[in-house]
Amino acid sequence: MTIAVSTQLICFLALSATLLIGALGVVLLPNIVYAAFLLGGVFLSMAGLYLLLNASFVAAAQVLIYVGAVNVLILFAIMLVNKREPLRDMPGLLLRRLLSAAVCAGLLALLLRVALTMPWPTPGPASIGEGAVVRIAEHFFSDYLLPFELASVLLLMAMIGAIVLARRDVMNVDVVTGEPADQGLLEKARTPLLLSKDNPRP
Amino acid sequence: MSAISTSLPAGVQGLLSLATTATPAAGIDLRAGFSALLQGQGLSAGLAHALWLPLPMLLVLTAAVVGVLVTVWLERKISAAMQQRIGPEYAGALGILQPMADGLKLLVKEDIIPARADSLLFTLGPVLVLVPVILSWLIVPFGQNLLISNVGVGIFLWIALSSIQPIGLLMSGYASNNKYSLLGGLRAAAQSISYEIPLALAVLAVVMMSNSLSTVDIVQQQSGAGMLSWNIFRQPVGFLIFWICVIAECERAPFDLPEAEEELVAGYQTEYTGMKFALFYLGSYINLVLSGLLVAVLYLGGWTSPVPVEWLAGLLGQSIDAPAVQLVTASIGIVMTVLKAYLLVFFAVLLRWTTPRVRIDQLLDFGWKFLLPVALANLLVTAALKLSFPAVFGG
Repeated sequence: MTIAVSTQLICFLALSATLLIGALGVVLLPNIVYAAFLLGGVFLSMAGLYLLLNASFVAAAQVLIYVGAVNVLILFAIMLVNKREPLRDMPGLLLRRLLSAAVCAGLLALLLRVALTMPWPTPGPASIGEGAVVRIAEHFFSDYLLPFELASVLLLMAMIGAIVLARRDVMNVDVVTGEPADQGLLEKARTPLLLSKDNPRP
Repeated sequence: MSAISTSLPAGVQGLLSLATTATPAAGIDLRAGFSALLQGQGLSAGLAHALWLPLPMLLVLTAAVVGVLVTVWLERKISAAMQQRIGPEYAGALGILQPMADGLKLLVKEDIIPARADSLLFTLGPVLVLVPVILSWLIVPFGQNLLISNVGVGIFLWIALSSIQPIGLLMSGYASNNKYSLLGGLRAAAQSISYEIPLALAVLAVVMMSNSLSTVDIVQQQSGAGMLSWNIFRQPVGFLIFWICVIAECERAPFDLPEAEEELVAGYQTEYTGMKFALFYLGSYINLVLSGLLVAVLYLGGWTSPVPVEWLAGLLGQSIDAPAVQLVTASIGIVMTVLKAYLLVFFAVLLRWTTPRVRIDQLLDFGWKFLLPVALANLLVTAALKLSFPAVFGG
């Protein structure tokens, strides 16, 4: 076994272990902030796996979009609303957990069956390495043109929707409540981000 | 003994090619020289290669840290000169050891973790801020083959890596369990994200002209006619956008709101002390030097000199492939890159000590309502010019 192959194997094992443990942590940890940070770790190890597959552009795009944009957005949302309240006990929590565990186990069994029965071609098609950027661009502007453009329209719609929801003063009627919107709606009292007098830190 | 004597000149000349890829034109290759030296001592080829691998990385890491020490000293001396003070003068000649003393002081300070802070995230935060910055040095070329790795995605890798930094800022802000830290972390992350978009668009215009994401290709595309072929003359608007954005990304005045020391509690760094604080400090200065280097690579012709070395060699009647000429060329390349980078660092220091700080709403308005449209227009104009004048703007 040469140095390159053994390094690759060690990297693969380490990345897979990080990925699996991180993903389990995202689902199982009760602290939502830890879950969000672990999600970033999961995305990063995913990018590492892409790098091992010789797809450096996809890896960099994964880091830029999932870690740099999606995960940061999730963290922003959590930190702007998180009041560090412990989760209240819900009635029938055990039953809910059992049910969701059963659904997840069923899905896992299904996926495992597909993965084991599928005749994977080994070795797969040779990786094109540095030529990937050109190949991806060719696909985007030929056979995947419609999905690509539709995805951008979808993102544009989501962005305009977010702006409309955030800036209620541009509309006569509040979208959510149906009341006439005025400046008073914008300057309504807010609860502080972390602490308030009637909700001191436990 | 004969192995050493034959490989030593190769080792000296081989300074020209630090890269793991072999030099295409000339027979000068430090890796081969090193490998031959070790194999002459009876080591296997694989082991020699494994011993070689960390050397360029260690060299670049050392260069980054020394660059920080120089920048800190420059900052103190230049600001002192601007304010008619003397600045550091007792530690070493002209106070040149002062940054070292600062670093040692931070190193031996007590490492305090606040009692109710989240100690794991509190420790991980500064690391996440520093590591992407150091990793980005992977793609900085100091010469034709003088970089750690000529990865194809080059400059895109830097943009991707620098987008990890906000997570470290949010983490350290959250883990401090202090409302000023949390707000500071959110502000720093918001600033970093806002200025990343015009930055990426400015880079995209350059990439469009050179048809490649690789930093080596970007420099080579600017190396035709000496100073006149530098990108700054073809992309003046892009240069200004990029420069403003990297200053904002480095959180330096006039954009140093996250840690505005005269106005607020020091943002996400409030609870930090000792070596963890030093990591933030180190990260911001490494980022500054890296930004200078990248501006030099993208817009100021990287390692090329204002007068092409090829012309000078032709004038002196020397072949460009001769070992001695290659040694001189490589030295000129390193000197040029570092010189351009430090010229930009000098301007950044001047900016920091002359300009007043912007407000947070001005900062966000400037980023989103001015820089972003201008960067988009710049991209559009570049595309149009590339189609109209492919000879000048890269066909």
